[in-house]
Amino acid sequence: MRGQVAVLIGPSGSGKSTFLRCINHLEKIDRGRLCIDGEFVGYREHGTVLYELHSKEIAQRRAQIGMVFQHFNLFPHMTALGNVVEAPIHVRGLSKEHAEEEGRALLAKVGLGDKADAYPRQLSGGQQQRVAIARALAMHPKLMLFDEPTSALDPELVGEVLGVMRQLAADGMTMICVTHELGFAREVADNVTFMDEGVVVESGTPAEVLGSPREKRTQSFLSKVL
Amino acid sequence: MTVADDRPVDKGGEIRVIPLRHYGRWLSVAVVLVLLASLVKSLITNPRYHWGIVWDFFTHKSILEGLARTLTLTVIAMTIAIFLGTILAVMRSSQNRFLSICAQGYIWFFRGTPLLVQLIFWFNLSALYPDLSFGIPFGPEFFTFNANRVITVYVAALLGLGLCESAYMCEIVRGGLNAVDPGQTQAAQALGMRKGLIFRRIVFPQAMRVIIPPTGNEVIGMLKTTALVSVIALPDLLYSAQLIYSQNFRTIPLLLVACIWYLIVTTILTIIQHFVERRFGRGTEIMSRKELRRKDSQAGNGPKAALLRGADDVGR
Repeated sequence: MRGQVAVLIGPSGSGKSTFLRCINHLEKIDRGRLCIDGEFVGYREHGTVLYELHSKEIAQRRAQIGMVFQHFNLFPHMTALGNVVEAPIHVRGLSKEHAEEEGRALLAKVGLGDKADAYPRQLSGGQQQRVAIARALAMHPKLMLFDEPTSALDPELVGEVLGVMRQLAADGMTMICVTHELGFAREVADNVTFMDEGVVVESGTPAEVLGSPREKRTQSFLSKVL
Repeated sequence: MTVADDRPVDKGGEIRVIPLRHYGRWLSVAVVLVLLASLVKSLITNPRYHWGIVWDFFTHKSILEGLARTLTLTVIAMTIAIFLGTILAVMRSSQNRFLSICAQGYIWFFRGTPLLVQLIFWFNLSALYPDLSFGIPFGPEFFTFNANRVITVYVAALLGLGLCESAYMCEIVRGGLNAVDPGQTQAAQALGMRKGLIFRRIVFPQAMRVIIPPTGNEVIGMLKTTALVSVIALPDLLYSAQLIYSQNFRTIPLLLVACIWYLIVTTILTIIQHFVERRFGRGTEIMSRKELRRKDSQAGNGPKAALLRGADDVGR
């Protein structure tokens, strides 16, 4: 739902990341329907048949969905600012000056205004992930996907990334997060979904799912994590 | 700390460290120095090198023409090879099986037959196809050439060298493309970038870092492989030297002329490679420490920067 934060939790291999990747068609869907604002991401519906879209149209739809990866996937041959302005210049067609102005503002927003000229390998994990968030935001997405954004970070650095995500949620960004940070889920999420072996086990408000889970599987998972 | 008292401490309060003495290394150095000295001595004192003749012919007109031909052949053949090799590498990695198998077949054929044979084959192409025509098989032909006129010695040499080299370049480029983390493509896709753009802006610049060193090897190899074109009577650097010594019988001095030129060009190519590597090493360890530190001071000091400086201090 627009402006809401949905959190996906569950053991590894339960299909959380796969689901996230389906949303922007990095993974193909075998069955079922997946729509954003009433539109399929990778397909066009015609009668009862789904036609796979041309890569150009898929790219256009992906551009509206921001994604943040577990391993940051920053472009190592570009500076932090270069990473942020790359897609705005070449996909949205902004001028270099305009994109850099926006890019610097975004880097400042994630608290890295002074790191614009640093290369990714000169940044800590938490800083890299914040650049990755700024890079995704630079496309003005209507939805942000977070694929375990803090799993590859030192415990000390988790906080700074979650802080940025909290800020985003407060600003009204629509977000879907796969995470193991249950504290974050409890605090920020509007909806928590527990998945196991590729299926949704239960879904509801954080208080329902994390506080008093109905399903046995959820209970046993939570008892091990907490 | 209590143990500090019985440490070997000199008067200044600093610990003296005596490095391990490498006697074996010193002996090896001595042996190599003796060998080098005798080599240099013989180069200078042996009159049969005829250094005078070497310098006389060093800038001889036909040698310089041969050098120019060798350089042009190298540049054009490598350009063909890099261009075609990149296309082949993309075909080879294509999800379309037919394209992939075609590229594999090409590599199989051109790596599997001797370059010498390929050169002679291209030179004699007109024996197989007196007329070359461009059109649809079994359908209309758009235009026709006389093979003898189109496939000159020069074209035959370029075809032979370029097509064969592209098979090797394909594998080098493919290795480079494979070395780029698939996460890079996914991140670019997620930003809405399209295939061509991702290749040009994200994958290729990173692959270049892996592609350049072996490509530098291939360019230097090509420089000398061009000498094979003498079999189709194209006077490159070596063949020009051979043509001269077949008349004046100064074999060794003229071979030296050719070798010195080859060495000079190789040196220049090595320097160029160094700069190209630096250009594509942005953001990686190839970038010199100094540059990284300059970037650090611009960007403020991160923990990584401190680490790098620490490592540098240890090195000193």
